[in-house]
Amino acid sequence: MGVKKTYAEINEKIKSGKVVVVTAEEIIGMVAEKGVETVAREVDVVTTGTFGPMCSSGAFFNFGHPKPRIKMHRVWMNGIPAYTGIAAVDAYLGVNELPEHDPLNTNYPGEFRYGGGHVIEDLLAGKTIKFEATGYGTDCYPRRKIETYLTLDDINEAFLFNPRNAYQNYNVATNVSDKTIYTYLGTLKPRMGNAHYCSAGQLSPLLNDPYYRTIGIGTRIFLGGGVGYVAWNGTQHNPCAARGANGVPLGGAGTMAVVGDLKQMKPEWLRGTSFRGYGTTMTVGIGVPIPILDEEMVKFVSVKDEDIFAPVVDYSYDYPNGTGKTLASVSYAQLKSGVIEVNGKDVPTAPLSSYVKAREIAETLKQWIFKGEFLLGEPVQTLPSADSGITPKGLVERSAP
Amino acid sequence: MSPKKIVLKFPSGIVEKPLIYHLVKDYDLMINILKANVNPSKEGSMVLELSGDSPNYDQGLDFLRRQGVIVDYLSEGIVRNINKCTHCGACTSICPSGALYISRPSMEVIFEDDKCVICGVCLKTCPVKALEPSVNGGNGK
Repeated sequence: MGVKKTYAEINEKIKSGKVVVVTAEEIIGMVAEKGVETVAREVDVVTTGTFGPMCSSGAFFNFGHPKPRIKMHRVWMNGIPAYTGIAAVDAYLGVNELPEHDPLNTNYPGEFRYGGGHVIEDLLAGKTIKFEATGYGTDCYPRRKIETYLTLDDINEAFLFNPRNAYQNYNVATNVSDKTIYTYLGTLKPRMGNAHYCSAGQLSPLLNDPYYRTIGIGTRIFLGGGVGYVAWNGTQHNPCAARGANGVPLGGAGTMAVVGDLKQMKPEWLRGTSFRGYGTTMTVGIGVPIPILDEEMVKFVSVKDEDIFAPVVDYSYDYPNGTGKTLASVSYAQLKSGVIEVNGKDVPTAPLSSYVKAREIAETLKQWIFKGEFLLGEPVQTLPSADSGITPKGLVERSAP
Repeated sequence: MSPKKIVLKFPSGIVEKPLIYHLVKDYDLMINILKANVNPSKEGSMVLELSGDSPNYDQGLDFLRRQGVIVDYLSEGIVRNINKCTHCGACTSICPSGALYISRPSMEVIFEDDKCVICGVCLKTCPVKALEPSVNGGNGK
């Protein structure tokens, strides 16, 4: 007779203090020692974590109206433009957004020291930011300009809404050309002088639930140091990507869109981030609890770095030109060892995703659940999975019809 | 002799004195002020490049010390701000001297400053600017 548990049963255990929670790292050894069935009976929840740069992130704000009222046509927060194509005093600040007069890559490689992600971190740190808005004046919203100073407490609503986070696996970037290149995966030295990867591997949320059996709309998560929710599948969600025999995708696949109240998040888990020669972004901390509904979930969450493979891709030619070529497939165990072999050459590796912080997130979420502060959210609908038939499309140039 | 970078710290009581004038006039030293923060009745500091012949050079510095100025040699270096560092690891494959590396299996980023050659490449590479230039940190000779 197999083990079966429901969300309601697990939440009862959380409330009564009887829940057993371990991290996705800890469960690996438990399963090796006790076997899948015993662990499925003993463990109720496995926590995951990841802390990496996640470019498709940002926050919605409502600033309230000054007197007289204004329809904000342009908004700047610490000089960073926010998107205002929504209601009068609402705006969306994207983490990749840069100051109006940033030198960008004119002095290549540009430094990109401050952007939208840094504004979000500053707000969370309690700093005062400069706020500017202009309007074109309407009968109902006559004001044309306002310049003031704000803290997060002065803003009505502030919620993080990240359209694509926590990529299920990712490319390993290297550079086969003769010159250094500056990418969103960091500085890559010539002639495969290094290779950068960006995943927490065995601790990463979507690698522990490869078919999204328990992750979907309404899943309650650790987000930016506070509580958030999975809102939708992320953009570029590609569940039909190639998978290994264990079900784990062999490259970038699933993604999540996440949402949460910015006001209860913490600056150490949403960090403004700069990539030389590329731009700004934000490093986002996410942890997803995975309920052990049955033995199959134990098999999924006990996946280890040796069994997760990522494609090595040249970012000097193959990636920018979309050739689809990969140079090798390597495991996260190899990547974390510090050296991989690509075409007979030893290439030093470095991560861009902090395994130290991923572990801290999984541990924090474990403590929240253990203390009864955090209940599991049963998804209203799970994310589209490998049977969805979704295929990613490129952008085709066509002449006017 | 080639110019040396010097950091001067002025206690509040002496900022009104024309000390730099005396370095030029009495000791024949060549001065290039790189940075100065001198305000009336407040403590001040100045970073300058100083060059001149050897007896004059030391006598000039002794003159400043007699006036109550604290004279330091500028020691430029790099420090890792541990509160900012996320241990992501992006610096570790860029650092040419092995001063920044990942400790395994903890995956923590370690900075060994005695291996650092102060090339500065990490300052521009660190995604969260946790590596910072350290100036004014020198203490005397």
